[in-house]
Amino acid sequence: MSITIEQRRQHRLMTIEKSLAKRHRQEKRFRRTGLAAVVTGMTLVAILFVSILIRGVPAFWQATIFVDVYFDPDVIQLEEKPQKVSGESQSAFEERYAAWQSQAGLVNWQALIDSALEDAIGDEVESRQLRDLRALVSSSERFALRNRFVEDPSLLGQTVELKMLASANVDVWIKGNIDRNLDDSRQQLSAQTRAWADQLYDDGIIKNAFSTALFLNTDSRSSPASAGLAGAFMGSLFMMMVVIMLSVPLGVASAIYLEEFAPKNRLTDLIEININNLAAVPSIVFGLLGASIFIGYLGLPLSAPLVGGLVLTLMTLPTIIIATRASLRSIPPSIRQAALGIGASRVQTVFHHVLPLALPGILTGSILGVAQALGETAPLLLIGMNAFVANVPGTPLEQSTALPVQIYLWQGNELRNFFEARTSAAIIVLLGLMLSLNALAIWLRKKFETRW
Amino acid sequence: MSNLALIATLLLIMAMAYHLGLTRSRAVAAEQDVRMHSRPGYYGALVALWCGLPAFGLFLLWSFLAPQLIEMLVTQQLPTELVASMSDRELTTMLRRISAVAEGRNVAGGATPEELLAANHMARLQTFELYSLVAVMAVMAVGGLVYARRHISPQWRARNHVERVITWALAASSAVAVFTTVGIVLSMLGEALKFFSFISPAEFFLGTTWNPRFSTSGADAQGEFGLLPLLWGTMMVSIIALLVAIPVGLMTAIYMAEYAPPWLRNVAKPIIEVLAGIPTIVYGFFALIVIGPFLSNLGDMIGINIRTTSALTAGLVMGIMIIPFVSSLSDDIITQVPKSLRDGALGLGATKSETIRQVVLPAALPGIVGAFLLAASRAIGETMIVVLAAGNNPVLHGNPFEAVSTITVTIVNQLTGDMDFASPQSLVAFALGLTLFVITLGLNVIALIVVRKYRQQYE
Amino acid sequence: MNTSAEPMTASPLVSVGSGESRTSKAKDKVKMSAEDVKVFYGNAQAINGIHLDIYENEVLAFIGPSGCGKSTFLRCLNRMNDTIDICRVEGKITLDKNDIYAPDRDVVLLRAQVGIVFQKPNPFPKSIYENIAYGPRLHGLARRKAELDDIVESSLRRAGLWDEVKDRLDQPGTGLSGGQQQRLCIARTVAVSPDVILMDEPCSALDPIATAKVEQLIDELSESYTIVMVTHNMQQAARVADRTAFFHLGDLVEVDSTDQIFTNPKDQRTHDYITGRFG
Repeated sequence: MSITIEQRRQHRLMTIEKSLAKRHRQEKRFRRTGLAAVVTGMTLVAILFVSILIRGVPAFWQATIFVDVYFDPDVIQLEEKPQKVSGESQSAFEERYAAWQSQAGLVNWQALIDSALEDAIGDEVESRQLRDLRALVSSSERFALRNRFVEDPSLLGQTVELKMLASANVDVWIKGNIDRNLDDSRQQLSAQTRAWADQLYDDGIIKNAFSTALFLNTDSRSSPASAGLAGAFMGSLFMMMVVIMLSVPLGVASAIYLEEFAPKNRLTDLIEININNLAAVPSIVFGLLGASIFIGYLGLPLSAPLVGGLVLTLMTLPTIIIATRASLRSIPPSIRQAALGIGASRVQTVFHHVLPLALPGILTGSILGVAQALGETAPLLLIGMNAFVANVPGTPLEQSTALPVQIYLWQGNELRNFFEARTSAAIIVLLGLMLSLNALAIWLRKKFETRW
Repeated sequence: MSNLALIATLLLIMAMAYHLGLTRSRAVAAEQDVRMHSRPGYYGALVALWCGLPAFGLFLLWSFLAPQLIEMLVTQQLPTELVASMSDRELTTMLRRISAVAEGRNVAGGATPEELLAANHMARLQTFELYSLVAVMAVMAVGGLVYARRHISPQWRARNHVERVITWALAASSAVAVFTTVGIVLSMLGEALKFFSFISPAEFFLGTTWNPRFSTSGADAQGEFGLLPLLWGTMMVSIIALLVAIPVGLMTAIYMAEYAPPWLRNVAKPIIEVLAGIPTIVYGFFALIVIGPFLSNLGDMIGINIRTTSALTAGLVMGIMIIPFVSSLSDDIITQVPKSLRDGALGLGATKSETIRQVVLPAALPGIVGAFLLAASRAIGETMIVVLAAGNNPVLHGNPFEAVSTITVTIVNQLTGDMDFASPQSLVAFALGLTLFVITLGLNVIALIVVRKYRQQYE
Repeated sequence: MNTSAEPMTASPLVSVGSGESRTSKAKDKVKMSAEDVKVFYGNAQAINGIHLDIYENEVLAFIGPSGCGKSTFLRCLNRMNDTIDICRVEGKITLDKNDIYAPDRDVVLLRAQVGIVFQKPNPFPKSIYENIAYGPRLHGLARRKAELDDIVESSLRRAGLWDEVKDRLDQPGTGLSGGQQQRLCIARTVAVSPDVILMDEPCSALDPIATAKVEQLIDELSESYTIVMVTHNMQQAARVADRTAFFHLGDLVEVDSTDQIFTNPKDQRTHDYITGRFG
């Protein structure tokens, strides 16, 4: 033989070695592609968060006018606030009180604000400029003034420093959310109002103060500056209460049944596929279900958090069932065998031994399910929760919206310049709630993580 | 509120029954000096169940039947010529007004004398109904309690009975999920059939024009309900989304599963999980204020006319939304490929990427395809992003830079506002919903079966 | 199946005898060598300084109780331990006098020279043909299809699998029986023509008949390859190995010709293990 084994060996090694550089380059390229994918994903998400934060955080501070308001007795010509006299029936008193209140409603509160603003500007304002002047302040403030007085009539004749919300357009102007160089016809405020706003801002009378309105008020159509999330928050709270009270017990119970008691046959197989499929059914389909069954067939009221909660319950149920089953499955059979071995019944085994051990996992899954329900929008639109609601709902049967739906409504508001920031702020609130829920879930999981 | 009070009272009586059963079983044991079959708590629980369950069942049945019965009685009492003169719809409205008056509320335009009379009658009936309900429930509760308590004996297998009730309750809970599916199918099928009585299925499924006029424009102006533009729009947006999400998501999963150091994995995995939970309305808003204008400007720069709200905008953002979904599903699948296969390839002298591309991915392929199908189903059913960013333009065209409309957007458009379950304009939402449900069901079931087969292979 | 009884006729003692002659022949050339090798998993030390020479074309068996570090050491020989994040190797291992842990050493090339067969048969979820062709294709060892076909056939023949699978080369490798799968994995390793083949308890997942076939295969392969195997089974070591090394608690207690180890061990621990006092 001319070629020895050793030579053949050397030849083979050379062949391999020759291709190595190329293969290692490929390796590097592949690895870099992977890293690029991770970085791309993270960057996109970072852009999302940053762009929403940049727009939303300033909206937590809102242009507010700090002025002295004189409760002028010449303007407020009202009888004394009725007090209950002895011997008077409750209904008679209430009637009297209501009459007084409607009297108070007729007072020209705007005039008080006008003169306060006039003082602040330090200039006589001609009556034809009154419109421009009133454009400075949110139209809700005259009602706020009335409520304040009705609460405390002793203010009559006094001068009080009040903080009043500037109108939405002034807020936009001051924050520079509109191009200041646009010509008059495209500005939302008149030249005069703009000049005054700038003057008051320079004088420190208009300041960006923390916006309590965002949290304490409900949505408002007439005075966008005072629109807040309180109503939507209550609505979401009611829905989450319904979801927690229904979907957690139902989900855990059915997971226990399927995992621990159900016989393994075609039927339970079908139920399993059914549950997994339900978890992947588009949420809007649940909205259609709610519209057709809860509203159309059962006649439950439109826009009610109860109905929203029921729809979200059905939607979250599969998530919780799947999480609970996974948690139960991770408990090793040896625990069950040990309990059964000393004579416990199956029910006792499950409830005394398996369930407590699976609890952290169940809790985590439930929290994640609830967080998912909290952010859901589409099905709620179909059961009328996108209606405009001016009151904070007191019960789950009253009309209400929800946080994500409020975001949807605000983003569609015509006053884009103002509501873009307001919507972002609402998103920050919603994300804050959801992230805390998620963080809680992750923390729970880490804390109770057990390796069997 | 009275219902709540009733249930609270019942629970209170049950608590009492529990206690009675408990003490009774102890007394029996002491008296006869024997061991009872079950522990005292089970006797207590059984007595409580005997006391509460029948009464509660009655309550449910009663609450369902009684209002209908009362309505019937009130209708009978109304002057017959009046009833005869009214349509069904008018009668329903009138009954609603009567019951409002009976509850002491005011009705628009004030109540007519007939309504007032009927309301009085109704209020009387309701009072009677409530009292009789309370009485019957009390009898049943006490009866159950006494019977069960008497029955306590050492031979009575209380634990087995209680456990059977528990098992049945658990089984009933798992039926809820089944009923949900049945409810979805039945409700949508029912409403969709109503819709098909207006518009033929062929017209719906094969129509190429979508132009539903308003329901107010009269019965003759029915509009056109062609599904195809919507279906095509849905496909276009979903395909763009998957083109974004699949490569990025899959490569992310590969990097995370195979290359990332443990610390990065520990940090990134929860982040990805949280991202998957961000509400889609947030992504929609992001599309509207950031991505849309950005793409539009980009288009201006390179000379393409890209609309701010377009298939591209919606698809791109939807893709971003699905990335975490694809990546965490694929990650699960990839990490399930046994280490021995990797070792096999590495042991032959394969580089890591060769191992991944030639051994791990082919082995994981069925599972990954399943994950893609689930992602596709999610893209097709996604609503809020397309509502905000797709532009609602239900026209058949192939330009991704133009606005489109999707099935989900149209469902929202047709069903928000006033809900009128009699006009094709509203009912079409259910036909669309049914279409959507069937498409996603198909994708989901195939995906689930594929993934399940895959899991079993490596278990 | 008719070949199944064949290795059984070669009783353990006989195989020891035949191995001895090969050992003396091969002793002149050291193929691999370990100097003061220590392995750590995190902070725990799994191997405490091992010195060992492996000779060309010998069959060397590692025996010892579980957890003694024999598998860990085996996997150091072609750096499979690199795939475990927390694993750290100290000391020096050479292949043909070259340090395999040197920074510029290419792991890919090393593993092409030192192949490995695992405890559990792990055929790729591909066809039988593709399983064998994978390695040669990876390393560019065949330029033409015909060449590749040759490699596949000869590797399967060497693994004694050719006659069993020649008609179903396009069927998945996972469809074979456990013993066939393991021989497929051996053929897969052989296809790359490594110098050294490491075997990590190659028969522990197999039934006795399949085990016999694999043992016979090892015997044949030792003509042209250096084979290092870990085994749990002392009879197996006695049947197939030229030399045997006894590991205990991370130490290499003694290494000698198989005959010597099983008849006249020098160390008390080896004696106790072989006579079944522990293990």
